[in-house]
Amino acid sequence: MTARLGPHLKASALVLPLVLFLALFFVWPIIAMLKQSVSDPVVHNTLSQTSAIAAQWNGKAPVPAALQDALVADIRATTDRQEMGAVVRRLNSAKSGFRTLMRKTRRAIRKTDGPINLGEVDKRWNEVAWWHTIAQASSPYTDRYLLAALDYGRDKHNQIVALPEDASANRTILARTFVISLSVMLSCLAIGLPFAMVIASTSGWLRNVLLAAVLLPLWTSLLVRTTAWFIILQNNGLINSALQALGITDQPIPLIFERTGVIIAMTHVLLPFMVLPIYSVLLSMPGNLMQAASSLGAHPIVAFLKVMLPLSARGIASGSLLVFMSSIGYYITPALIGGPSDQMISSVIAFYATESANWGMAGALGLVLLSITLLLYVVYGRLSAEKKGVA
Amino acid sequence: MKKWALLASVLALGAMSSASQARDLTITSWGGSYQTAQQDIYFKPFSEKVGKPVLDESWDGGYGVLQAKVKAGAPNWDAVQVEAEELALGCDDGIFEMIDWDKMGGEDAFMPAAVSDCGVGTIVWSLALAYDGSKLSDGPKNWADFWDVKKFPGKRALRKGAKYTLEFALLADGVPADELYDVLSTPEGIDRAFAKLDELKPDLVWWESGAQPLQFLASGEVAMAASYNGRITSINKTEGKNFKIVWPGSIYAVDSWVILKDAENKELAQDFIAFASQPENMAKLPEYIAYGLTNKEASSMVPDEYKADVPTTPENLEEALSLNIDFWIDNSEALNQRFNAWLAQ
Repeated sequence: MTARLGPHLKASALVLPLVLFLALFFVWPIIAMLKQSVSDPVVHNTLSQTSAIAAQWNGKAPVPAALQDALVADIRATTDRQEMGAVVRRLNSAKSGFRTLMRKTRRAIRKTDGPINLGEVDKRWNEVAWWHTIAQASSPYTDRYLLAALDYGRDKHNQIVALPEDASANRTILARTFVISLSVMLSCLAIGLPFAMVIASTSGWLRNVLLAAVLLPLWTSLLVRTTAWFIILQNNGLINSALQALGITDQPIPLIFERTGVIIAMTHVLLPFMVLPIYSVLLSMPGNLMQAASSLGAHPIVAFLKVMLPLSARGIASGSLLVFMSSIGYYITPALIGGPSDQMISSVIAFYATESANWGMAGALGLVLLSITLLLYVVYGRLSAEKKGVA
Repeated sequence: MKKWALLASVLALGAMSSASQARDLTITSWGGSYQTAQQDIYFKPFSEKVGKPVLDESWDGGYGVLQAKVKAGAPNWDAVQVEAEELALGCDDGIFEMIDWDKMGGEDAFMPAAVSDCGVGTIVWSLALAYDGSKLSDGPKNWADFWDVKKFPGKRALRKGAKYTLEFALLADGVPADELYDVLSTPEGIDRAFAKLDELKPDLVWWESGAQPLQFLASGEVAMAASYNGRITSINKTEGKNFKIVWPGSIYAVDSWVILKDAENKELAQDFIAFASQPENMAKLPEYIAYGLTNKEASSMVPDEYKADVPTTPENLEEALSLNIDFWIDNSEALNQRFNAWLAQ
């Protein structure tokens, strides 16, 4: 028995680093992101007495005195400023104004040990709306981030409602992200497939030069390439001055801060990911297949459609998938070259993570993006599996 | 067995060396010509004075960046220059160390807006309307002109975000400076600002880092831009440009040095901030870049030739307005959300 287990153990020991790596840098962050997008523990944990009483409150005015006393007691008991900071950030994110309200209240509470009339500290405490926000935040789990990621929210009766169009545009931006990614994928395919075929049909130094033309940009920093495109595409840049000098246009064509520019730059950046997989598949294809087809009387186009295309389908599929998946997360290129209506979902995620420290929203948007991508991947898997069956 | 022993000793060695190798004092500021000036007058002289290396990094702001660094523990930055809003948020949230004001020369040595429990103000800067004087001889005079695409054709660049943008829109719509934040505090006022932005939307370009508006102006990509005043004066000096600043309607604020909570070199960071706040060191700044100084004595030491370009000069202050920090710490998230949604449509 041990003799049989030996090789298995050794083999699993060899993949152990990979498993650990995946668990640490792939599985764990995704679980953390999942948790972040539905957990909402700060108010529940820090304002614990308030949360307990708020859970029983019917939400009607006047605000019960016990609730007010509990809030004062909770604030008094919290000495950790970072902990209280998280509470304030959470509340202010749901209702603007909690920052200054809580700052004023904390100052008043710090001054005395005795009972405090919150309504006298700030008259906003007399309004039920502020207490509703605390009550809604007091459960340790929430769906508000996931709802908000899809432009929904809960009204004061706790019903799910669509957010007003001018307040949230995540669905628009998500749709745009997929449209841009798809366009980039298609234009990469339109350039990459013929180019890969040309490389595969050459040999010697010419092949090396053509390959270098694909690989060199791949080794250049993304930021450098994007900035170069900025210089080329701008109104008095290379393209527009050449067009004007040739008399093709009088006015510069708007390329910069436009969708066209974004797709051009992203296509250039991602082209190697399309060319290389197709090229590697074409390499394994016997070079005389096309000649054989034409010797049998096939028109070159028919030969291409019936021989070349089906045989290189595997390369095209993996290239397209690579390009599409990479473009979904693009951030720098649309930010530098695109206009406001070309920003993709990652810029919204970055806003929540780096600007407003709202990790729940960032996690929820990431989760939505991940789910849609996985769904597309499954659809793609189905389609390509069916194709294989037919072939 | 031997192999494992070797591996273990390599790991142990690695752990030891990383433990004994303390990180050098790391100071983070806003990059560009401003940080080049800071290197000359603050970072290098301080490093020579204490005999230790000083690292400097740059960032583009964002409260989440600082909060994440402190929350993760052992932040890799010590002293950071932050905007007034980040100072107020971080001070409330306890992510900054307390300032030892005795070291800084006492609170009275500074202008009141530069004094906080967690930060020492270092410059007064403005976000102002700027244009290329060599392309527009009779340039815009105020934000209403910024909105006037008939009189001044071409695109315009604004700083991406709700802060400053909404203020400028209301000023362009004729709201007097002293009523600005009262109007902006009402839902109707916010709608009015966004309606005004709608008018200009097709002609607007948004920038995120301070070097971008200069680049846009220099390449002629935009006719005018909101820009940090100091960078305008610098580029005029270093690259012989003729960019003009429109002071009426500019919005000024104080930037401060803070120390991240539990940063490794927090003591040394206090010494650095004290060094950078000494009048004789601070007074060298306007020679490089035209920002106002917070230390009263340093302000009085600035030669007259630099005063015309500084936001704190009385003539420049006359029709300028001060950024309302309390308004923004309350409303920043909600208004930025709406701003982002507006941008996306």
